Amino acid sequence: MPRLSAEGRHAVAFTLNGRAVDGVAEPRMLLSDFLRHVIGATGTHVGCEHGVCGACTVEVDGMLTRACLTLAVQVEGSAIRTVEGLAPAPDRLSVLQAAFRRHHALQCGFCTAGILMSLDAFLKATPRPDEAAVRDLLSGHLCRCTGYTPIVRAALEAAAELSATQEETAHA
Amino acid sequence: MKPAPFDFVRAASLDEALGVLKAEGSDARVIAGGQSFMAMLNMRLARPKVLVDIMRLPELATLAQARDEVVVGAGVRQAQLLAWPDLPRALPLIAKALPYTGHVQTRSRGTVCGSIAHADPSAELPLCLVALNGHVHLATAKARRKVAAADFFTGMMATAKADDEMIEAVSFPVAGGAGTAFREIARRHGDFAIVACGALVSGTAIRLAIGGVADMPAARDFPLLEGSALDDALNAFAYELDARDDVHASARYRRELVRRIGRATIEEALKCRA
Repeated sequence: MPRLSAEGRHAVAFTLNGRAVDGVAEPRMLLSDFLRHVIGATGTHVGCEHGVCGACTVEVDGMLTRACLTLAVQVEGSAIRTVEGLAPAPDRLSVLQAAFRRHHALQCGFCTAGILMSLDAFLKATPRPDEAAVRDLLSGHLCRCTGYTPIVRAALEAAAELSATQEETAHA
Repeated sequence: MKPAPFDFVRAASLDEALGVLKAEGSDARVIAGGQSFMAMLNMRLARPKVLVDIMRLPELATLAQARDEVVVGAGVRQAQLLAWPDLPRALPLIAKALPYTGHVQTRSRGTVCGSIAHADPSAELPLCLVALNGHVHLATAKARRKVAAADFFTGMMATAKADDEMIEAVSFPVAGGAGTAFREIARRHGDFAIVACGALVSGTAIRLAIGGVADMPAARDFPLLEGSALDDALNAFAYELDARDDVHASARYRRELVRRIGRATIEEALKCRA
């Protein structure tokens, strides 16, 4: 591949929540900034910018990814999911999002986008998690409002609801 | 906290990646999963002129057991190794240690070789490589060489890798029936260890590796000691590691952890010996 020069702006294209998007980025531009400033998808939040807080967590090709530890030019051709892709319709929350609302699993909401992305991927891979597994997953996120307890409750309730729905579908 | 400018090459072949390293030397850096190196770029602790991305090279994404060793290519992510069905049988120490490396959200991207290249003194994978007497496979445009773990780590985030070399793979010897255990103390799960201990106990010997204390992981072999003789040996090891005070813990506390957690890790390994 040709070398992308530091000063130049280079075309980057990928799918975001199933929709093709593109823009231009210097090689040093972080995916978190590309999503927010170039694409305008500001649902992904930016906290620490060194991979610790988890606010910018998104899914890249099925892998949970810190958008602040990823360059925009690295995701060329990838499939990216962000918090904007979770709700099934503009006026409906996903099962997980609705559980967050019921349990007050967010206050200021800054960390929430990343936590929702982590839990969304986790509950697909681990349909019936115990509390320890949820807490282990949440150790990759910092929340300074909730003390995590309502987040754990919401996650466990969403897991129960999702697996019950799946069983109904399986038996239908 | 944004990286300083750099050129970017998404290598289409290993030769292309090695060619950039040959031409640019210390101005070029390899990026794989980026879970350590991107943070250093963001904080501008690293300011390379050119970054070479190796994650789209299928020849590096190989994980295979070849007779008596497991070879992990530079493109293999930590989550991939942890999910490998043969891991608990072939590399039980790594199966126990890897869940302590970062978080689900970083293991999904971070590579095994990347953690070893980064050579953080408290990281779990460098400790396992030293404990197991593994090897680092280095490549340049011209030559390849294999370096033993004990010779690879040379100091705090410093290794024997030359500027024009990249890690192509690391290899770990397959477990030979020794009991294994891993324990670590950190402020929070997933944080860097204050002290990390990996133990291998066979019918005749104990091998204990310690991370987080010296400026690189260190291992010692002991005969099958018990009681106060083991305490004395651990005490001597704790002092040899030359612990320092820092914001996380005092040197004295670290020595105490080496003595106590080291002993608990050895005892756990002894119990799980087949």
